[in-house]
Amino acid sequence: MTTTTPPTSTAERVPVRTDSDVVRVRQLVRTLAQQARLSLVDQTKLVTAASELARNTLVYGGGGEAEVELVTEGPRTGVRAVFSDDGPGIPDLDLALTDGWTSGSGLGLGLSGSRRLVQHFAIDTAPGAGTRVEIATWSR
Amino acid sequence: MADAATPETLAHLLTEHADDVRSAWLEAAAHELYGRTSRGELEREQGEILDALLDGLRSGGVILSDAAFDQLRGILADVSSARARLGFTPRETAIGVFALKEGLYRLAAVTDADTDVTPLLRLVDQLGLFTFETFAAAREAIIAEQAEQLLELSTPVVKLWEGIVAVPLVGTLDSARTQVVMEKLLNTLVDTGSEHAIIDITGVPAVDTQVAQHLLKTVVAARLMGAECTISGIRPQIAQTIVALGIEFGDIRTRATLADALVDALRAGRDTRRTGLPA
Repeated sequence: MTTTTPPTSTAERVPVRTDSDVVRVRQLVRTLAQQARLSLVDQTKLVTAASELARNTLVYGGGGEAEVELVTEGPRTGVRAVFSDDGPGIPDLDLALTDGWTSGSGLGLGLSGSRRLVQHFAIDTAPGAGTRVEIATWSR
Repeated sequence: MADAATPETLAHLLTEHADDVRSAWLEAAAHELYGRTSRGELEREQGEILDALLDGLRSGGVILSDAAFDQLRGILADVSSARARLGFTPRETAIGVFALKEGLYRLAAVTDADTDVTPLLRLVDQLGLFTFETFAAAREAIIAEQAEQLLELSTPVVKLWEGIVAVPLVGTLDSARTQVVMEKLLNTLVDTGSEHAIIDITGVPAVDTQVAQHLLKTVVAARLMGAECTISGIRPQIAQTIVALGIEFGDIRTRATLADALVDALRAGRDTRRTGLPA
């Protein structure tokens, strides 16, 4: 007996334009992760990934938007976050996803590391067409 | 339509009906600010503003930026920044000035048609705008002050033992704060002649690559000055996140709790003393 539960809440959009917006995204993700009853480790991982991706949106994408929502799928609840910008896009995705490679001055682990921090990771980018990264983690 | 009245005429007129204007002004303002400020306080403020306004008019002032109104602007700035500090809303602050219009309408009603009081009304509008501006500036100043205080507040460097200092970090680590932490830590190391520094991150909610990078830089800087640095307060969920993220702390010493780090540092200090030479 399976019934599909409709989304329980609508997505919250947060502009990512300044450093303090990154903090706001992080807090929002943390709040929703707690509501979704993620384990403490999963909460921390998701929040950290959101922090990385929001900062990428700000630093490399020249600012953009984060969309965070609580999602339900059957008995599981989770948090999905989408980060999008209209920046220059990523010309070589494989290179960008290589540990330790950075086009800026960071550690080069933000994008590749985020992928390992969450259960679902999808990236959509093309040179000149901006970048859209979607992540999600579900309660176990 | 009558000719525009000279400032002197207006001052004369205003002095003549001062009591009427005052009472209508006070009534309107007190009604709006009921409970926020006492009547006596309002009366005193308004008396000061009215006196300064009259003085300005008598010295030939026409618009608020005239030198004749220097004193008036000073008083208004004081009043509105005081209100900003006391947590008044912008509306509550501006109403104190705009309520003067009530007094002026009263004035217009009692004077004959050959004196035009519009210059006074126009002046009140300028007073209101000026009040708003200083109010906003005062609020900005308060916010900047608080941000600065927070920066200071959140980064104390404490001496734990002879030769051991610690920085308990709390909250978000951004570039500005890390800069402050690093400077304070390095200075304290020199001032206290300490050889060991402990950076405790128990209060840092998430360690992402930026935070890690800031931490690594701080440790390297401390090492350059000859101090050994330990990072403590790494909670289980943070440890797992750091591993998944792929951050390498290399040969930097890390401990789960501040207590562990202190014991470690004390041991290292004892070994140094025993051999008589730094290891």
